[in-house]
Amino acid sequence: MKKIFTSSIGKKLVMGFTGVFLISFLIVHCYINALVFLPNGIEKYLAAGHFMGTNFIVRTMEVGLMAGIILHIVQGLMLTVQNRSKRPVAYNVAPGNKSSKWYSRSMGLLGTLILLFLVLHLTHFWMPNRYEQHFGTGHEINLYEKMELVFQNPWIVLVYVLGCISLAWHLIHGFWSAFQTLGLYTPKYAALIKGIGMAFSIIVPLIFIAMPVAFHFGWLPPSSSYVPAH
Amino acid sequence: MEHYNMNLTLKVWRQQNAQVQGSFETYQVKEISSEMSFLEMFDVLNEQLIHEGKEPITFDHDCREGICGACSMHINGQAHGPWAETTTCQLHMRAFKDGDTIVVEPWRAGAFPVIKDLMVDRSSFDRIIQAGGYISVNTGNAQDANNLPIAKDKADESFAAATCIGCGACVASCKNSSAMLFLSAKVSHLALLPQGEAERATRVVNMVDQMDKEGFGSCTNTGACEAECPKGISIMNIRRLNSEYIKAGFTGTLAK
Repeated sequence: MKKIFTSSIGKKLVMGFTGVFLISFLIVHCYINALVFLPNGIEKYLAAGHFMGTNFIVRTMEVGLMAGIILHIVQGLMLTVQNRSKRPVAYNVAPGNKSSKWYSRSMGLLGTLILLFLVLHLTHFWMPNRYEQHFGTGHEINLYEKMELVFQNPWIVLVYVLGCISLAWHLIHGFWSAFQTLGLYTPKYAALIKGIGMAFSIIVPLIFIAMPVAFHFGWLPPSSSYVPAH
Repeated sequence: MEHYNMNLTLKVWRQQNAQVQGSFETYQVKEISSEMSFLEMFDVLNEQLIHEGKEPITFDHDCREGICGACSMHINGQAHGPWAETTTCQLHMRAFKDGDTIVVEPWRAGAFPVIKDLMVDRSSFDRIIQAGGYISVNTGNAQDANNLPIAKDKADESFAAATCIGCGACVASCKNSSAMLFLSAKVSHLALLPQGEAERATRVVNMVDQMDKEGFGSCTNTGACEAECPKGISIMNIRRLNSEYIKAGFTGTLAK
């Protein structure tokens, strides 16, 4: 039973399981982000944020999410290094794009770019928020206000856009690849999985990109326009 | 197709044995017919080398009709050269034009050490087969074929997987030097048939075990193997292999 997660296929199963788990997280994250574009967006967004930040079940799942992210990163980096070592002498003429897509061969690189973005992203929002909750005022920070502030800087907006583009390429290969590894990419569902995967990989990063861009160009109502009812 | 002759520059990997480092040697060949196979062009080059008193280039070849899988050459960055679903022996010189430079390398993978020049040791594949790529049946008279009903679609899928000739192009083309396409073909063609049922779970576990011991990488689903396979083996077999492995794992075979 141990080998199912330590053999060459087993290690890939870990990547597939955590990958699908992280995809499911993206759906939630993307849904809450999209709330800001709705009427009364600030109120809806802050309410959802409050729920995510205080609900006991969600906070427990947050621990699982962190574990999943770390496992995906560590296993991914280890696999990249191990797989590279399997060809001690490189080809003089590399196959290049003749037989495979560049992004399918660059999952380690794309993942590393996403990791760098993720560190910055968590430093901007998640870390100060949790700090205030547990060591500061005891309350969450107003993330809407925080975003308004952070996304004034065009360079930060650029890094966010590039991070989301890396995510898109990572997902275009990763989505169907996870199903293939988990043995679920059967002929009957192959076209469906590829189709949903492609749509997901484009739509979700676009919604993510829309947020910093919209804040930067002032397309969203200012946080001062929202006055809490109580 | 119009016949033509061509002069070519060949950059060929020369290596004395697995212990020493190899390097490229450049050769000129003249008046090569577009009707020749790639291996016949190499025969011409070797004749030329022998006449010059030099050591001919060692390369694997056997049937020269595209079914044995011996002719392992990485040509201009592609296993078996530029044509799809073609072995090196079936690659014809009309794939090239006068004045071309062609780079020829051996399969490069830690699990396929170079024996000499373009010849590599693929016995790791044999050991994977020995680990489980067989069925155990009693000898004696063959029973009537109709005793074992097999659905047509299963028979077809099994046969498609069984066309794998074990050439190693999948390993050579994979950025991870993974043998998953080879292994998945061997596991699939038996897993789809009733004859393979008895050892179905132990087979996949033991063969994956052996593959890992031989030092092949893991599969990252780039699809390069499928694109370069001379027999067009589908990566849908890798999907089946993963599924077989998961089933074997969660039904306890791995624990033994």
